[in-house]
Amino acid sequence: MDFVNVVEEGYRKEMPPFAPGDTVKVYTKVVEGDKERLQPFEGVVISRRGSGTGETFMVRKVSFGIGVERIFPLWSPTIDRIEVLRQGKVRRAKLYYLRDKKGKAAKVKELDTRR
Amino acid sequence: MSHIVGRKLGMTQIFTEEGKAIPVTVIEAKPGTVVGIKTLKRDGYESVQVGFFEHSKEKHHTKAMLGVFKKAGVDACRKLREFPLKEGAAVGDKVTVEQFAAGDKVAVTGTSKGKGFQGAMKRHNFKGGPASHGSMFKRAPGSIGASASPSRVFKGKRMPGQMGNEQVTVKNLTVVDVRAEQNLILIKGAVPGSKTSVVEIRKEGQ
Repeated sequence: MDFVNVVEEGYRKEMPPFAPGDTVKVYTKVVEGDKERLQPFEGVVISRRGSGTGETFMVRKVSFGIGVERIFPLWSPTIDRIEVLRQGKVRRAKLYYLRDKKGKAAKVKELDTRR
Repeated sequence: MSHIVGRKLGMTQIFTEEGKAIPVTVIEAKPGTVVGIKTLKRDGYESVQVGFFEHSKEKHHTKAMLGVFKKAGVDACRKLREFPLKEGAAVGDKVTVEQFAAGDKVAVTGTSKGKGFQGAMKRHNFKGGPASHGSMFKRAPGSIGASASPSRVFKGKRMPGQMGNEQVTVKNLTVVDVRAEQNLILIKGAVPGSKTSVVEIRKEGQ
């Protein structure tokens, strides 16, 4: 039996399926003093990498005209939940080209899920 | 006792409650059995002999050794190790992962991955020469000593040769978790050897 998998299994939790191009809202737990609150971060997933408990994903958003990218460890307990707001229609796994685009060109087309 | 022999299963990372990721090596250490006790009177020194990895084929052992296994009430064991004697140890006792607890400092001994015959740059981190622009001195080790005096190369001079596939001990590693029901020990950081290689874990300072 693969016990490495067994060890990793303990850190898996409910997670909606999402892929690069999707717009997500990530709620992370933030400890301020002795209080804990949820901090949302909304943006486009531009990459997913790694496997097992080491898997991470990168979310990009443009905040007040400045591009902000955050890398989250997918199975970290600091991530409370992930909401998938929109599914994007993309043709590659890493959307680093969005960094060089501005305005409307930096938008990801929405995936048609009617069918 | 504070020793056990196990198999390295591989590495992964786990998280603390605060969300800190810890790199861990997963080691499976099934219970070993005390098969003999060596005494000062009979053997000239004191130790306990412990067998690990049961169900080895009988043809791999001498009749004398098979008798020892029978006495201890176990199948033939693939590995035998001797550890310092502890009071109250008796033949047939089990040696399990439960002797370790999270937070313990341990030393892990294993056989490192073999790299074959390697040059001085890879084996001893020599600097080598410039790589380009007409250099004719690229990866050579350079001078290995003086001339007429001493007119020999000193012993222990670092030169190309076999790298890896030797016994290596890493000390001062921390036990992150012990899962007794699965016979697993999670140790922070890397441990010598490839996956499925045999490693010996002992508590630091013993």
